[in-house]
Amino acid sequence: MWLFDRDLWLEVFATLGKNMFRTFLTMLGVIFAMVILMLLLGSSNGMSNGFDKVFAGTASNSLFIWSQKTSEPYKGFERGREINFRIEDATILKEQIPEIEVLAPRIELGSHRGKVAVYRKGRTSGSAVYGDYPEIDEITKKKLVEGRFLNKTDITDSKKVCVIGEETFKLLFDKNEKAVGEDIRINGVFFKVVGIYKPNNNINIDGENAVFIPFSTFQKAFGSGDRMGWMAISVNKDTPVPIVEEEIKKLLKNKYDISPTDERGIGSFDMSEIFNNISGFTMVLKGFSFFVGIFTLLAGVIAISNILLITVKERTKEIGVRRALGATPKIVKRQIVLEAIVLTAFAGLIGFAISVGVLTLLDYKFGSGEEFPFVDPMVSISQFLISFLLMVSLSVLIGLIPANRAIKIKPIEALREE
Amino acid sequence: MIEIKDLHKSYKMGSNSLHVLKGINFSVKEGELVAIMGSSGSGKSTLLNILGMLDELDKGSYELDNVPIKNLNETKAAQYRNKFLGFVFQSFNLINYKSAMENVALPLYYQKVGRKERQEKALKYLEQVGLKQWASHLPSELSGGQKQRVAIARALAAEPKVLLADEPTGALDSKTSYEVMDLIQKINDAGNTILIVTHEPDIATMCKRIVHLKDGVIIEDKNVEQVRAEKYV
Repeated sequence: MWLFDRDLWLEVFATLGKNMFRTFLTMLGVIFAMVILMLLLGSSNGMSNGFDKVFAGTASNSLFIWSQKTSEPYKGFERGREINFRIEDATILKEQIPEIEVLAPRIELGSHRGKVAVYRKGRTSGSAVYGDYPEIDEITKKKLVEGRFLNKTDITDSKKVCVIGEETFKLLFDKNEKAVGEDIRINGVFFKVVGIYKPNNNINIDGENAVFIPFSTFQKAFGSGDRMGWMAISVNKDTPVPIVEEEIKKLLKNKYDISPTDERGIGSFDMSEIFNNISGFTMVLKGFSFFVGIFTLLAGVIAISNILLITVKERTKEIGVRRALGATPKIVKRQIVLEAIVLTAFAGLIGFAISVGVLTLLDYKFGSGEEFPFVDPMVSISQFLISFLLMVSLSVLIGLIPANRAIKIKPIEALREE
Repeated sequence: MIEIKDLHKSYKMGSNSLHVLKGINFSVKEGELVAIMGSSGSGKSTLLNILGMLDELDKGSYELDNVPIKNLNETKAAQYRNKFLGFVFQSFNLINYKSAMENVALPLYYQKVGRKERQEKALKYLEQVGLKQWASHLPSELSGGQKQRVAIARALAAEPKVLLADEPTGALDSKTSYEVMDLIQKINDAGNTILIVTHEPDIATMCKRIVHLKDGVIIEDKNVEQVRAEKYV
């Protein structure tokens, strides 16, 4: 097997080694091409990872539904009627639409996104106050800096506990004060703080200045009865969110006598849409990087072929001597092609090593950046292998050009004295 | 060993055809040392190229060791060259980035001889030409005479039927030329068949037979009293 022929490799390395400088210059093109390809791929990977981090903690296949005012008259109702969801809607939806995995009802004190005065020892914060179920944590994850989030017992016992945002904490407490275990007052009712959360520096639906209390406690404390503000819903992974969204709306419109064509009666927000847009964007980015990189690589390999073509011309005499001494065309061809492969592979590996270094440096500098979505910029093994194999097969094809030129050299022409 | 009958060769130069060899009849027996002489343009190099399978004949026949040499493809020609012929060139044509030993071992490499055996044989032939201690040197570190001796060792290494030397002393001063001729004579004494192309009469007289070429035909073919080169060394 010629692949393990030590002498063949020695021949190849001897020829490449005799003109180190030119060999190096020849490789430079491929090294750069490989660096560009790997950096592009690595950066787009980093970008994609960065977006993943931004959305970490938010279920991608989720949607939010809330009630609004109708915009069309229907079944004798006038337009502009205010719709209010009932808590039983949650049960009905869960029963009738099996694609729903998690449904977390929520109620808000005051108007939507409105501020409510929250007191503690003479301080006031204007915060949003939500009545929530612990399940909300499965749809939009809260990063807790202290204490815990709401749990099932809080609901069943209607405990007067609350989880506050960091911003709320700053407004109500001193910097080094311990908040967990302390009481705050909302609308004359006292709630004990059990946890503080930090904004996720990602998709932030609830804001940082907010107080979460158990849904059941909210009903009792503020007399909201069976009203419900909105629902956060996560959907079975295999079902597209818009389909479920339609089903839910149809069901609710029917229940609340809203015209099927009324776009305003029920508001909704499809989270998956954002995810799809972003993953589409990163896909395009990755594809583009690969495209650009591969063509750069092709240019690099063609440069190698070009140099080998010149080398073959220079080595005319040497090749002629070899032919006179019994080298068959096949041997000559194989050697030139092998030179192309070795040059390309070696340059590719150097380029790979450089780009891994650069990517590590980039990761070190920007990788943990909170403000820029750039996490863990690195190429995957398969990306590297595909590029590398593609590059080597290109070099074989392109190495055949100088190799065929070399075997066209007739020993007699090569040996003719000048 | 060599049988040539009615050999013709012409080259096309644009619309003109140059008839270089016009019917050569020529045979060489085993163990002969033949000088092919002639002025430039006489066709002696063309004859050698055809003998060396570096060029093809147009008409006639050529047998080497009873093997007809005809219509060879490049691969077959390379194999025959490797098996039957050893070449010595005027400008040595050593591969400049390979040591003396590696140069000598090269034809054996193309015969697919194992690495160890190759090195042993190369050293043996380098010893025969008196350059064993120079085995690891590059051609650039050797003198002209030494280079030619390495080239002769290389030609011998494949143990060919015939040694073809094209002006082997053309690039050497007379003293070194005689040294090289002394070596060639000794190799011939050992039974090797050797053909030398030269235009120097004193070199020719050191062979056993002189063939004169002029305008593509043999005008003289005579056996001569060999002048031993060692007298001048």
